Amino acid sequence: MSLVKTSYGRRSFLKSTAMAGGGLMLGFSWLASCKPSPEQVLDMPKEWFEINGYLKIGDNGLVTIMSPNPEIGQNVKTSMPMLVAEELDVDWKKVIVEQAPLNTDIFTRQIAGGSQSIRQGWDGLRMAGASAKQMLKEAAAKEWEVPVSEITTKESMIYHEGSGKSAEYGEMASKAANIAVPEEVELKDKSNFSIIGTSRKNVDGKKIVTGKPLFGLDYREEGMLTAMIIHPPAFGMKLKSLDASEAKGMSGIKDVFKFKTFEDGHTYGMFDETAFPEMIAVVGESVWQVMNARKKVKAEWEPFESHSNTFMGWSGDNTFEKAVPAGKENSPAHVEKMKKVAVQSAETVRKDGDPEKAFKNAAKVIERSYTAPFLAHNTMEPMNFFANVTDTEAKLVGPIQTPEFMEKSIAARLGLPLDKIDLQMTRQGGGFGRRLYGHFVVEAAVISKEMKAPVKLVYTREDDMSYGNYRPAYHALYRAALDEDNNLIGFHVRAGGIPESPLFANRFPAGAIENYLAESWTIDSNITVGAFRAPRSNFIAGAEQSFLDEVAEAAGKDPIEFRLDLLDKAQKAPVGENNDYEAKRYAGVLKLVREKSNWENGAGENVHRGVSAYFCHNSYVANVLDLVMEDDKPVVEKVYCAVDCGIVVNPIAATNLVEGGSVDGIGHAMFSGLTFKDGVPEQKNFDRYRLIRHSEAPKAIDVHFVKSDIDPTGLGEPPFPPIMGALANALYKATGQRHYDQPYISNKEIIG
Amino acid sequence: MSNYTININGKDKQVDVDPSTPMLWVLRDHLQMVGTKFGCGIAQCGACTIHIDDVAVRSCQLPVSAVGDQEITTIEGLSEEGDHPVQQAWLEHDVPQCGYCQAGQIMSATALLKNNPNPSDTDIDQAMNGNICRCGTYTRIKAAIKTAAKTV
Repeated sequence: MSLVKTSYGRRSFLKSTAMAGGGLMLGFSWLASCKPSPEQVLDMPKEWFEINGYLKIGDNGLVTIMSPNPEIGQNVKTSMPMLVAEELDVDWKKVIVEQAPLNTDIFTRQIAGGSQSIRQGWDGLRMAGASAKQMLKEAAAKEWEVPVSEITTKESMIYHEGSGKSAEYGEMASKAANIAVPEEVELKDKSNFSIIGTSRKNVDGKKIVTGKPLFGLDYREEGMLTAMIIHPPAFGMKLKSLDASEAKGMSGIKDVFKFKTFEDGHTYGMFDETAFPEMIAVVGESVWQVMNARKKVKAEWEPFESHSNTFMGWSGDNTFEKAVPAGKENSPAHVEKMKKVAVQSAETVRKDGDPEKAFKNAAKVIERSYTAPFLAHNTMEPMNFFANVTDTEAKLVGPIQTPEFMEKSIAARLGLPLDKIDLQMTRQGGGFGRRLYGHFVVEAAVISKEMKAPVKLVYTREDDMSYGNYRPAYHALYRAALDEDNNLIGFHVRAGGIPESPLFANRFPAGAIENYLAESWTIDSNITVGAFRAPRSNFIAGAEQSFLDEVAEAAGKDPIEFRLDLLDKAQKAPVGENNDYEAKRYAGVLKLVREKSNWENGAGENVHRGVSAYFCHNSYVANVLDLVMEDDKPVVEKVYCAVDCGIVVNPIAATNLVEGGSVDGIGHAMFSGLTFKDGVPEQKNFDRYRLIRHSEAPKAIDVHFVKSDIDPTGLGEPPFPPIMGALANALYKATGQRHYDQPYISNKEIIG
Repeated sequence: MSNYTININGKDKQVDVDPSTPMLWVLRDHLQMVGTKFGCGIAQCGACTIHIDDVAVRSCQLPVSAVGDQEITTIEGLSEEGDHPVQQAWLEHDVPQCGYCQAGQIMSATALLKNNPNPSDTDIDQAMNGNICRCGTYTRIKAAIKTAAKTV
């Protein structure tokens, strides 16, 4: 058991409690807008008693728990409330979960990003549950006139053993609402967890499989219009002129106009970036009418001049400039440029020992280069947002990973105070980083303001794919120096990209090699990029793990043994000081995957295996991938995953995420890529952009977690990057050829 | 604009729309039945899958004028209580991650099982290959289809 304070720094963690004056009425007006799930089979209580901002308890014992963070498929809407429920000691069957409103006074970090929801919510969410439980206990102690220390709780029941008294939570809820928030609460010993660590199914599962309105695209209000955009046909271009006369006269069309998402000279918020700050809006009664009218809009476009945009940093206190060069870019030219830059020395980010000397004295030097193309996020639900903007306030509803940031952007753009912006989160049909960048939220607001009407902005798949914040194109050059005894004595990575570098200079194998050099470079581009599931790791893991495989082979060592030897050194005698991983846990997942895949005995005849391991977003994942060749095509028979994310909060969902990350990683490494011709994306829909499909998925995925009582870390991103290395290494075994350039399989073959 | 009477989930519905309007948008925009999802608009992702006389069809490529008196089933009409064996299997396996593609997956799976109650892995792959899941829940979907096959 541990005692924790219920305040963080200057602000009280649990603000809302004492609000329930008289003990009966709810404290916050926003709670009134949270309707219980309609299909909930439990009887609704007559009254709800708000205990704190995270939860309310009904007079019949039903508990509503607010899930603070955006739900993008990472299952936080189930797993975050589980943390509250655990400490509250509530019967999970009596829990209703609701998406919390955006309120960063109460909820900290309402962001879906960086796989941080569980990790950063771990203390706060448990504290919310524990505080409420303490208040229920104190209410009971007062009522029964017994010391609170003698009160116990279990599964929504309060007990006093000495007097034999007991009560359900619902019976004490109104009294608990009047108890002051405890200044300190006790958190459970991990060995006493009864909800955390047990499988709880997706709280929205029933709604999903029955097609209930859940997503942003499903949201509607009376009188709502549909808006679509027309953006410049190529990166590097802007709007010159618009002739909307024909489109405006079409059936159901309300207006066609050009608009600026941001005013010229605007200082962009951290997540405001847009390639096309001026576009055309087509607004009408229904999607099909607007789609047809879009075809009749005549617009002229022109190249823009080189310029730079000013962005606010994460904290909002600092700004930085981003260069936007003129020109219409081409993918073959990108590759050539990257190859050219990669042979020149670049910015040194980390240097240990004397790498120049190590390479000079090496008995063997291995040098290899790896590339990967731009990727479009392709969330299955295209970008969209609802906006209803009036002169005095704005309501926005939809899928966004950064609601707090976008609320500020909207307020700034509309010139309204922050408290007049009501931004509500829906369930999101995928995020993968795309919905961190909310230009579409601002676009919806600007269009609504112009129309003086509620609108829902809807992107087509083509809009979505050709107007992205893409995964950058990357290049990495690796060099390894082996001595006469095949010891790895020097390591050099020089990595860069368009327009961002994928380098993590302090990650493995940094720390394990005496002489180490990491260099980084970038090439400016007007193609907008952003975070994509496990940013940077989503390329560098595959490259690094392929390279290490090749180095192990050159050294005549087993690839797992080779990695473990390095990790052993990193653990016992680490080189350098800022090594960004725990070597022991890293080795732990490799050992686990070795055991579970029966590595020593091999996979069997004609089955080709590859291994990899990687650390990112605070979690460790190792993979062994088995593939066979059928009709000269690789078929993934089985994937073994070993994962260390500390405590596994919800095993069934965690396993799902690891399976999905593996499938997603295999798919992108094998098939996906976005190429440009004269600034125009050459793939705009799934007829040419290839995502992995059913028949290409692994036939089996075997997921194992390292048993741990370390505080939990995230799982949205970590399972995605390493599998690419295991795939490349298995492909080598199968074909005798190393694969250096993603996608590994030609993108030309189109499934129709 | 033209008037159409369409049988959806056993009930006649009337809409006044352009004849070229895809059923996807008739359902979503005009009948407020939003369980059928928009994913690509060119019949490549399967999110908009519905049944026409028990056959899986991509509703984004089906103009309302082509429906005639054929019977349409959508995810909302698959079962009254949401307890169709395929839906139950989806819950049992806790299939969804983001959940957006799952209505389409379920409609494709249901049509498959109707015509082929005991599908092999290859049958499943073939029937489901038009349904993309970016979250990568394919292995769970396959397991759920096999579970459902035992009860359909």
